[in-house]
Amino acid sequence: MNLHLLLTIAGMVVVTYGIRLSFLVFGHRLSFPAWLSRALHYVPAAVLTALIVPMALAPQGAIDLSPGNAYLPGTLAAAAVAFFSRHTLAAIVSGFVVYGLWRWLL
Amino acid sequence: MSPRFTPLWAGARDSLPMLVGAAPFGVIFGTLAIATGIPAWATLALSALVFAGSSQFVAVSLIGSGAALPVIWLTTFVVNLRHALYSATLLPYARHLPARWRWSLAFWLTDETFAVVEHRLRQQHDESDGAWYWLGSSLAMYGNWQLWTVIGVLLGQSVPGLADLGLDFAMVATFAAIVAPQLKKRPVLVAALLAGVVALLARDLPFKLGLMLAALAGVAGGVLAERLATSGKPEMKETT
Repeated sequence: MNLHLLLTIAGMVVVTYGIRLSFLVFGHRLSFPAWLSRALHYVPAAVLTALIVPMALAPQGAIDLSPGNAYLPGTLAAAAVAFFSRHTLAAIVSGFVVYGLWRWLL
Repeated sequence: MSPRFTPLWAGARDSLPMLVGAAPFGVIFGTLAIATGIPAWATLALSALVFAGSSQFVAVSLIGSGAALPVIWLTTFVVNLRHALYSATLLPYARHLPARWRWSLAFWLTDETFAVVEHRLRQQHDESDGAWYWLGSSLAMYGNWQLWTVIGVLLGQSVPGLADLGLDFAMVATFAAIVAPQLKKRPVLVAALLAGVVALLARDLPFKLGLMLAALAGVAGGVLAERLATSGKPEMKETT
């Protein structure tokens, strides 16, 4: 477990630092392709949504649209508040309130 | 007062809104990592050595679900690749600096420091104290992130069983709050929808490979949607 974690972190450090060093240190040998910078634009939304959707719709592994799944209303509440207010923290808190109330009521 | 202190302080001061914005995420990260069962040393090491918030969150969720090492590394690569763009954008302001400066400033490069430094250096052409300004923002963001991570770790340790209280929901809520405002742009919406559907369908693939598949599908969908949208505009018709 510990070796696994150590390797996990070491690899993440190498990858992340390598990316950050790329142009600042080795810039004269590199050029940034335009298609890549356009593709990068969609990475955060794609990765984060790919993490959210299975957790919200299938928290136990199977798709669960029943009222017993508090993740779904909680996630929708957080997303809706963020969408309309752009206030990240308020959105997280609202999501938590809906999630907590839902679990408490059902 | 040293003449270097003034730009150093200015960089830190101009990063203040970013420091405040990052604070809750530092706390949530620390607490969440502990609640997921990641030891305190590893949680602190992630903040101190990787120092890239969103990839740290993603790593916690992947470690918690037992993803394979290459999947975690590859996901980190994809999530942090945007830093290469920052690295390239800031290069003109760093070209004249000694290597030790460029190696250090690169280590501390984040979304926040990029935004603050790029804004300032673009407006001001005198680059003489730009490096100190950049360093000031970097150190402020770094110290801030470590501080709030420690507080999150302490919180996670002092309240056992946080995961049962639904702290795992905090991750979903955090990600949803970050993504939702971006969905107003049509191509981003397409990217998110595709990524979500693929992730849901491929959720049983081993080693969390479904995540990579979903990310690729989403990015491809976003690029395609953007291309279709621009080709529909009259002034762009000649280029299609």
